[in-house]
Amino acid sequence: MVRRVVTGVIAIANAVKLADVDVITAYPIRPYTGVMNELARMVADGEFDAEYVIADCEHSQFEMAKHASMAGARVFTGSAGIGFAYAYEPIVVTASDRAPVVAMLGDRTLDDPGCFGVEHTDALADRDLGWIMFFAENAQEALDMTLMAYRVAEDARVLLPALVCCDGHFITHVYRPIDMPESEQVKAFLPPYNRQYLLDPDRPVSIAPQVGSSGEHAYEFRRQMVEAMVAARRIISEASEDFGKIFGRKYPPFVEEYMVQGADAVLIILGNMSMNAREAARQLRAKGERVGVVRIRTYRPFPDVELQKVLVSAGAVGVVDCNFSYGSPLGGGIVCNDVRSALYGFPRAPPVVDFFAGLGGREVTVEDFIGMFRILLTAARTRKAEKNVYWIGLRE
Amino acid sequence: MMGVSLEVKSISDVPREEYYASGHRTCAGCGPAIMCKLAAKAAGPRTVILGATGCMYVANTSYYLTPWVVPWMHTQLGAGGSAGAGTAAAFRALMRKRKLRGEKINVIALCGDGATADIGMNALSGGMLSGQDFLYICYDNQSYANTGIQASGTTPWGAWTTFTPPGRASPTGNVRLNKNLARLVATGHPSVEYVATASIAFPFDFMTKVREGLAVDGPAFIQVQTPCPKGWRFDSSRTIEVGRLSVETGSWFLYEVVKGDLRLTYRPRELLPVAEYVRAQGRFAHLSETDIETVQKRVDEACREIGLAPSSER
Repeated sequence: MVRRVVTGVIAIANAVKLADVDVITAYPIRPYTGVMNELARMVADGEFDAEYVIADCEHSQFEMAKHASMAGARVFTGSAGIGFAYAYEPIVVTASDRAPVVAMLGDRTLDDPGCFGVEHTDALADRDLGWIMFFAENAQEALDMTLMAYRVAEDARVLLPALVCCDGHFITHVYRPIDMPESEQVKAFLPPYNRQYLLDPDRPVSIAPQVGSSGEHAYEFRRQMVEAMVAARRIISEASEDFGKIFGRKYPPFVEEYMVQGADAVLIILGNMSMNAREAARQLRAKGERVGVVRIRTYRPFPDVELQKVLVSAGAVGVVDCNFSYGSPLGGGIVCNDVRSALYGFPRAPPVVDFFAGLGGREVTVEDFIGMFRILLTAARTRKAEKNVYWIGLRE
Repeated sequence: MMGVSLEVKSISDVPREEYYASGHRTCAGCGPAIMCKLAAKAAGPRTVILGATGCMYVANTSYYLTPWVVPWMHTQLGAGGSAGAGTAAAFRALMRKRKLRGEKINVIALCGDGATADIGMNALSGGMLSGQDFLYICYDNQSYANTGIQASGTTPWGAWTTFTPPGRASPTGNVRLNKNLARLVATGHPSVEYVATASIAFPFDFMTKVREGLAVDGPAFIQVQTPCPKGWRFDSSRTIEVGRLSVETGSWFLYEVVKGDLRLTYRPRELLPVAEYVRAQGRFAHLSETDIETVQKRVDEACREIGLAPSSER
């Protein structure tokens, strides 16, 4: 295993090369573009063999990826922010055509105002459409998750596309030392993409025809998607275990727990901000406060059981939302409302507090997280949250 | 296709096999359905068809039924060029990397005029620039026929559609001059080696062009006129006749552009007056004699530009 110091986008480009991807479809938008620049260089230098197709917009980029996947190719694509929104239609049909495309998202604020900073709304707004969604914390995890994504997406029991979400700038552009896997390890972990029903002239089929509008078939197709997502839970667990054995890096499949044993206050978080949250928890634990952090690694399928297990015994739960959901229940963010509904109905369910933080790429400091924990510790004592929603670091 | 002449000269050059068979529910006299049959025959069994949303999706490929003997897949309304490029990229990569073996697989994107000239213009242009090996066939019935005859980018001036109804305040119907799609592709994409126009009323010419387009190693484009009895308002027994009239009056040209050089593949001996074509269709029934003179003038100009003697100068 070779150790290299690289950014998140370079790390993912190496995962794509190691996975022996056949077709790459590219269109530029910051902050994800670097992965496509690096892949273009690798292909141009003959480092690995793939068709590199330059698209005219994200709609075409994701359509090309979907069709290449349906023709039997292992495919990589990606986007960021409003670019991913431009691809909304292909995003919908990639999942419903059961094309196991793997895409990287360099999470970015949606326009307007134009802003390169991180927000998770670009991914989370599409959470209900049938994409498996992983959120990385750093470059190493981004690389590892990309390999995981192919293994899970292409599994015959799943066949759903997968999205590897990486915080814009904080993951995409920050240099980190990473362990570069060996190609023999990747071969042992990731079988070739080999699906049964494809566009093959020797076995002709018609794919994705029109169904009747009085509900003859579409309903059953929806249910099959749900079952694929349910199966994905099992496959993600299996694949995570194999990953640890083969690569020596062990990841919990759904949520990563930090100092949650006996915690009065637990913060739920996604992505790279969790580093500062953990540091805040460490400092408070050193002072005798019982606080912990849960980082969600897999957002779809949603880790409801895993969160229930950790959270029902907590005194209070805080959710850090780096996204928006205008007009939502209780004014909460997307993650908070998913967490709250996962906890609903448990007799001793803790109060849930929502913390909007880091929108538009604003820094969330260790002190900010200490402040959030203090609010939660008060709520844990009184078993009641003073407010449903806090906007951390907002200029008012 | 190895060793076989590309040109379809007569019925004896046409394969007996059907690759677009029964199992569709298109209208009687449907021009686009005839196009599917001819294109599939010309392309042969090692072909994959990608069909954009439109008549040839909704009326053609109902679940549990399919007229396609070759593999077929739906693509989104504005994604014909992307579907062709993506599928072709997969085959190219897989064959080069020896993950897929056997003879070349033809890739054809079949899309209507709305899917091509309007919502899919980006994808068409991107696909033509992609260098990928596929044939884009635009079946042009000059309207969004599947949704009930709305004006598209290729709807001709003066046509009735449900979006351009002739009325007291606006008696002409469609006042937009249609896009010149094949020329847009040919002029705007210098790396595309084969662009052609065709008509289902000239089946050998069309089938030859399908084979020419597939023989090119890279993207190719054919715009084939497919009269629509319902949208153009003529009797369903007259589809081919209306198609012929379009060409014989100079309202539609049959040409190919090979590496940038345009050549007419059919020259009407004597162009007929445009009124014969216009009066054959109910969608133009509201046009006045003056309107038809306007149409004739435009046709004359186009004929001169492409090198045909206008009918009014006989």
